[in-house]
Amino acid sequence: MEAQLPILQILIPLLAAPICVVLRRRVPVLTFAIAVSWATFGVAVMLLQRVLAGGTLSYALGGWAPPWGIELRVDPLTGFVLMFVSLIGAVTLTYAPRSLEREIPDDRLHLFVAAFLLCLTGLLGIVVTGDMFNVFVFLEISALSSYVLIALGADRRALTAAFQYLVLGTIGATFILIGIGLLYMMTGTLNMQDMATRLPEVMGTRTVLAGLGFLSIGLFIKMALFPLHGWLPNAYTFAPSAVTAFLAATATKVSVYVTLRFTFTVSNVEMDFGASDLGTIMITLSLAGILVASTVAIFQRDVKRLLAYSSVAQIGYMVLGISFASVTGVTATIVHLFNHALTKGGLFLAMGCFAFVLGGVQLKHLRGVGKTMPFTTFAWVLGGLSLVGVPATAGFVSKVYLIRAALEAGVWPVAAMILLSSLLALVYVWRVVEVAYFQAPPEDAPRREAPLSMQLATWALIGAAIVFGLWTSASAGIAERAARVLLGVGA
Amino acid sequence: MNAELALWLAPLIPAVGALLVALLHRTPNLREAATLGTGVLTFADVVYLLRHASEAPQVELLEIFPGLTLAFATEPLGLLFALVASGLWIATSAYAIGYMRAHNEGSQTRFYVCFAIAISAALGIALARNLLTLFVFYEILTLSTYPLVTHHRTEKAKRSGRVYMGVLMSTSIGMFLLGLTWTWWRTGTLEFQPGGILDGVVSGREVIVLLALFAFGTGKAALMPFHRWLPAAMVAPTPVSALLHAVAVVKAGVFTVMKIVVYIFGIDFLAAEGASTWLAYVAGFTLIAASLVALTKDNLKARLAYSTISQLSYIVLGAALANAWGVIGGSMHILMHAFGKITLFFCAGAIYVAAHKTEISDMRGIGRTMPVTLLAFFVGSLSVIGLPPLGGSWSKWFLLLGTAEAGQPLLMAALMVSSLLNIAYLMPLVVRGFFAAPAGDGPFAVKEAPLFCLVPLSLTALGCVALFFHADWVYELLAPIVAP
Repeated sequence: MEAQLPILQILIPLLAAPICVVLRRRVPVLTFAIAVSWATFGVAVMLLQRVLAGGTLSYALGGWAPPWGIELRVDPLTGFVLMFVSLIGAVTLTYAPRSLEREIPDDRLHLFVAAFLLCLTGLLGIVVTGDMFNVFVFLEISALSSYVLIALGADRRALTAAFQYLVLGTIGATFILIGIGLLYMMTGTLNMQDMATRLPEVMGTRTVLAGLGFLSIGLFIKMALFPLHGWLPNAYTFAPSAVTAFLAATATKVSVYVTLRFTFTVSNVEMDFGASDLGTIMITLSLAGILVASTVAIFQRDVKRLLAYSSVAQIGYMVLGISFASVTGVTATIVHLFNHALTKGGLFLAMGCFAFVLGGVQLKHLRGVGKTMPFTTFAWVLGGLSLVGVPATAGFVSKVYLIRAALEAGVWPVAAMILLSSLLALVYVWRVVEVAYFQAPPEDAPRREAPLSMQLATWALIGAAIVFGLWTSASAGIAERAARVLLGVGA
Repeated sequence: MNAELALWLAPLIPAVGALLVALLHRTPNLREAATLGTGVLTFADVVYLLRHASEAPQVELLEIFPGLTLAFATEPLGLLFALVASGLWIATSAYAIGYMRAHNEGSQTRFYVCFAIAISAALGIALARNLLTLFVFYEILTLSTYPLVTHHRTEKAKRSGRVYMGVLMSTSIGMFLLGLTWTWWRTGTLEFQPGGILDGVVSGREVIVLLALFAFGTGKAALMPFHRWLPAAMVAPTPVSALLHAVAVVKAGVFTVMKIVVYIFGIDFLAAEGASTWLAYVAGFTLIAASLVALTKDNLKARLAYSTISQLSYIVLGAALANAWGVIGGSMHILMHAFGKITLFFCAGAIYVAAHKTEISDMRGIGRTMPVTLLAFFVGSLSVIGLPPLGGSWSKWFLLLGTAEAGQPLLMAALMVSSLLNIAYLMPLVVRGFFAAPAGDGPFAVKEAPLFCLVPLSLTALGCVALFFHADWVYELLAPIVAP
């Protein structure tokens, strides 16, 4: 049983999806799906424990030994990402039933849940697999199901948002496929470990460079790195609340994970700060993204869209950490994957609470909400502070690692820009705070809180964002171990 | 009870008090009793700590970064600040009860809750064992005082709140955090150590840059040009201005600067590098400029705010002189100025409560109706000016010795000129209040503020006198900091 954990990680949600379609009725579908999502999280936790205790796990799918068969491979980084992706999946699915009441008709609910579980399967599959082509397959599973999830948003603009995402997402996926194809052509293998040993011989050939180029750009689109982020704001704004929270906390993060994997495990490009072209491109784009997207966020009237632009900026932080190619930098990226998933997930869940009670999340809907919905608003403020990077929040931990990485690399202007963007974050967070606390609520504003299940889920993530701002041996500790394994530096 | 437990409890008691206050929101009398009770307990706890300081208690709570923990410890400077903050909290709580009720202020529960959290944060700053812990509580203090500053929720409050948050957050996140990470990267630690941790690790221009990041990054120390938040904060109800913006918040700022100079840089290192001379001049400029601005303000609270900016720079100046006299004088000024300035704010609030006057030009003859208040104001003014027989004279004396020792006659002159300016902006109210004829027709009956206001302000005024005659214990407490 225990040896089968890596495959169970994807098998459980994958098989549960069609069962949901068969079950059809609201209550059994939801009960079953929530149980499955928590079971998936349980598997991820067990995997993480085992990998931290015993080192990297390798699972030969169907008994075919790698590099011929498909390999599932779990190292500390894999285990860490699996853990938080499945955690977010479970929390948002627990949150979803009440939140979806207003957004999705009952007769389509089972389809929604099935798509959700498929999306979760795809994301977990991308992370756990050790095979390049498999990454593409799971990427498509998660992408196709997420187009469906976004299109289910109550606003009709969700359809165009999903279509936009579909076009760009397909371009991204195609680029990734071309990239993988070119690399396969030159090395004759799809197994990541195997490719890593064969790639140095052919490194520098034009085909390999083209392959890496396609691969990188495809991933940049998928993770919404500025200026390839066009699909993200609309998708996040118009998707159902629970979907936004789930995708914002996991989908782009998984693309960052794949980038980490390809950069350091497979291609192992020498990426000293700015030494390679790819490094220079990543630094430039991430810094531009951090500053531009944060500035754009300040001017949004729709708070979901504001948070979406903030996500684009946060992706910039993660890519910046990768481009330092140092243990501290990569630690910053990995820990920020986790910290930002908690923070942004919690914030979007709070947005869902607002939408549920107030019927909209424009700034004008949020007037005086500090009085009418004090608990949710307070959760939002705490999450906002974590975005800014105030001490005792998770965002602070990531930021300190990132600044330290910049100082170690000897580029203090980059550190200054990171801090500048924190101040921009303070501005957009504070705009919402002022509206929520300083304006009088409209006469007919409902004076009640969102349902308990929604509030509990919101507070679970926001609370975690505070806990992991103070107690970091689990988050930053594991992240640093993962970074050392990834960079091949001794502990 | 042992000292370690007491160390735990110091920031914890007010935090629990905040919770208690929130729970008792339906019964105002019990709620206020909870505030006062918490204040007395906290103060008793700090006094206990002071008496058992020789045991050098330490506690560690959490490890935030590898090797960097959330930890508390006692040392003389921190104990002094903790004593000031918790002691004056009791007086302020009593005063606040009188003030808030006389004024029928709204949202009083939120007010007392945030107040208690702010005190908890101030004690966390005072007893922090390392820079990281200090920074965590520093930001909690900023956040918990924001609702107090914007208490009235008006457009003006909102705008002032923006300045308050904007300046304090952007300095601390933009500069302090950079300095902190930089120091961590260079030294691998952030623990406060006698003699500092930077000696031998950094040198030359890097020391100056780091010092600048810390000195300006501590926005609460209100060094120009980052002082605008303090006058903005004056929209808050007067008890907030009195305790937070004359004692807890601003003193947390200068305390932070002092602590960093003494325990992160080390005064010998700074003096040898000559890296802090520029800071002494910035402080010297601020203390003169702020005094001049104070002269132009007719609003009493605004004048007091600029006076505070000026007096804070005395303390930064003491730190920047980087010698024993400067450090002792600056640290002592934390205590002396606290008593003087809180008295002045209490009086300003009392005048507002009893006579509804905020502008100095309207306060002619106020001494006829409010003799006790104005007398207390007089005493507080003399202490802030630094005249004997009041506490403020000691700290200014030591600061003067410090400038002499550092060989900075210009700064010595700045201190003296500033004292003259203090007289010029504080005395007009006293003179006008006692000797000018009041507007309107007599006879004028004595009409003081409620006893809850009057007693605290009389006590703090008496404290200014007592501190002149019993300053020796402060000196003895502080002396070990600079002992070679």
